[in-house]
Amino acid sequence: MRFETIREQALNAWTDFDAPGKPRILVGTATCGQAAGAGASLDRIRAYAASRNLADRVWEVGCLGLCYAEPLVELSQPELPRILYAGVLANDVEPLLRGYFERGDLRPDMALATMNGAGAAGIARFADLPMIRSQVRVVLRNSGIISPGNAYHYIARGGYEGLRLALSMSPEQVIEEVQASGLRGRGGAGFPTGTKWELCRKAKGEPKYVVCNADEGDPGAFMDRSVIENDPHSIIEGMCIAAWAIGAEQGYIYARAEYPLAIRRLEQALQQVRDMGLLGSNILGTGFNFQIRIKKGAGAFVCGEETALLASIEGRRGMPHSRPPFPAQEGLSGKPTNINNVETLANIPVIITRGSGWYSRHGTEKSRGTKTFALAGKIARTGLIEVPLGTSLRDIVFTIGGGVPDGRQFKAVQTGGPSGGCLSAEYLDIAVDYENLAEAGAIMGSGGMVVMDDETCMVDVARYFVEFTQRESCGKCAPCRLGTRQMLRILTDICNGRAKREDLDLLEEIAHVVQAASLCGLGQTAPNPVLTTLRYYKDEYEAHVRDHRCPAGQCPGLLRYVIDPEACTGCTACVRKCTVNAIAGKKNQPHVIDQETCITCGACYAVCRFHAVTKV
Amino acid sequence: MQQQLQDVFDRYTGEQSELIPILQDIQDVFGYIPSEAMSETARFLNLPASTVYGVTTFYAQFHLSPQGRNRIHVCQGTACHVRGAEKIITAIQAHLGIAPGETSQDFEFSLEGVACFGSCALAPVLVVNDTVYGKVTPAQAVDILEALR
Ligand SMILES: Cc1cc2nc3c(=O)[nH]c(=O)nc-3n(C[C@H](O)[C@H](O)[C@H](O)COP(=O)(O)O)c2cc1C
Ligand code: FES
Repeated sequence: MRFETIREQALNAWTDFDAPGKPRILVGTATCGQAAGAGASLDRIRAYAASRNLADRVWEVGCLGLCYAEPLVELSQPELPRILYAGVLANDVEPLLRGYFERGDLRPDMALATMNGAGAAGIARFADLPMIRSQVRVVLRNSGIISPGNAYHYIARGGYEGLRLALSMSPEQVIEEVQASGLRGRGGAGFPTGTKWELCRKAKGEPKYVVCNADEGDPGAFMDRSVIENDPHSIIEGMCIAAWAIGAEQGYIYARAEYPLAIRRLEQALQQVRDMGLLGSNILGTGFNFQIRIKKGAGAFVCGEETALLASIEGRRGMPHSRPPFPAQEGLSGKPTNINNVETLANIPVIITRGSGWYSRHGTEKSRGTKTFALAGKIARTGLIEVPLGTSLRDIVFTIGGGVPDGRQFKAVQTGGPSGGCLSAEYLDIAVDYENLAEAGAIMGSGGMVVMDDETCMVDVARYFVEFTQRESCGKCAPCRLGTRQMLRILTDICNGRAKREDLDLLEEIAHVVQAASLCGLGQTAPNPVLTTLRYYKDEYEAHVRDHRCPAGQCPGLLRYVIDPEACTGCTACVRKCTVNAIAGKKNQPHVIDQETCITCGACYAVCRFHAVTKV
Repeated sequence: MQQQLQDVFDRYTGEQSELIPILQDIQDVFGYIPSEAMSETARFLNLPASTVYGVTTFYAQFHLSPQGRNRIHVCQGTACHVRGAEKIITAIQAHLGIAPGETSQDFEFSLEGVACFGSCALAPVLVVNDTVYGKVTPAQAVDILEALR
């Protein structure tokens, strides 16, 4: 099929989808939407639509990044503004849809924003929402806007135009364009993408391979999952362009097994482009051949490291080897292999279509472009955002994310997952780019940001990450295998109030050795959460060691829940909520917690309306 | 079992790079990787049995023993941890009497901690038999499990 024909069909499909003259219902059903209950809402919506002869006007779309407000539903109908509704649970569906479609009732109480620029009384415009206003969406250009299962939607919004253009350029020109854009790898290390491609193009050996790293192992990060679920074609197009540039005919996508929906979307998208002749042999009649296969991971964090990932594709234990040789020199089957992260690849089509000049206008001098961040933890507006590099942490956490909820105090933001660090309030004004974060002892990493408040114990956070890296250490090199274990022992002792002052020095010493002597990035960066918390939150460590006290009231070993008999009204709410029957007490008489049975789950603390349950 | 294994092998050509997909298929069929299946896979791929065992035990996804009828996965990722995942695990553990990685004696439940589901925005997250529950409390978690009995 000629690209012009495909594009024409795509535009027709888009016109039907986007027609202002027709009613339309969009439901966000990415993983986050489903976790919030979008599946049940969708069933009700379909039932309503069928009854009004609108069955073919209901579409499942991806995620707009406003995950805190899921399930999200967008309604539109001629003469009415298009409106995005938040928190639409199954029981809300019928009244909301009847109101909107049958009586033109816009329900400002449930509305989050108007979507087509039109205003409506008491409802903000989408572009004016605090979470959206300062975003620049390159990677997320289609997220939540198109139906991810529909290739035509992607194409109608400029998709595969980058591939068409790239194929009319020489591979060297494509590489130059990517180099000029200043794009750096979004998988964590920040290596310049154009340079990586050039190394691989020039490396001796045939055939060459292109690999997309979709292993997204950092806990607390979901950028890559979201991009794949919401816009799978952007990665496929990026891979095709990379393959043309370096001269590869076979590609692999290594995807996490924990992301079943993402894998389904990719499989579907690959089939669509094979059918259209945008993937396979003689792509768009240019003589360029390229195939992509999906490889499912099997639950090993270290397989996100590139050399371990290649070992895993080859069917071996995912153990890293020291570099050089780099994969660009000797990768899959010993052949030159270019590995890029999902988000890196999703940027490529835009760099080609809009030009490196446009792309590099965003960001800072050494960190060009935009970056997605996953906001989670103790932050009001959790979700996925994309901002120009160089945006301050304060803007990200407070302006976009809405700050810390429930009237609590901001304590730290953790960036870069288990390889990153915790930054305290005094760092809120740094401009987020690769260099600044590294200087502060954290790293950019893949873009997960977990916010912590005064109820988060920083020693426990350090213990948590070391427990993670210790478990995920592949065991090949001793500093990582043994060092993480020793650090974990000390941190566990500290959390249980069993450690001595000298242990803090020993902990720091081991951390430096693990950092200096480990074979791969996992071990080299595993001490970062320990070292940054020791640096910024020493007083919390000391309270655990000296006073056997956890200032945040988190560490189970140092925590007891007790009921204040004065404040207790004997309402039995906590008795009913206790999952282990540890609370005794008759109605209207003060209750008592049996400390032997109590598992400190905090259910009683959360349910008591009289603040009678206290932590000591 | 022979026939079921043969059906899996028929989909492959016998190269080492197929080892992980084969093990994933075997687990789909049996719910775990029986030791006989490991030996058969080794024979099919012409690999030492130790290599197959080594790969199987390296990856957290593979189970070497039968799993419960209901598979409970509690997210232990950072966002969930900060929002109280530990308390959910403790509550489930106390309620069912099994620790993460264990299966109840009646094979009704298996409990597992998982690194992150990528639904961090709705932390803490609990996944039971592929249904994702967001923003769960310890008490809700126990209720969800009781409803499955
Ligand atoms: C322990 C460890 C885990 C990693 N996990 C990931 C991951 O989940 N996703 C990813 O894209 N890169 C990950 N990386 C980085 C990769 O090794 C590699 O640098 C990256 O995929 C290159 O792509 P990029 O240049 O586009 O960033 C990890 C590195 C280490 C050391
Ligand atoms: S941290 Fe639990 S889903 Fe990501």
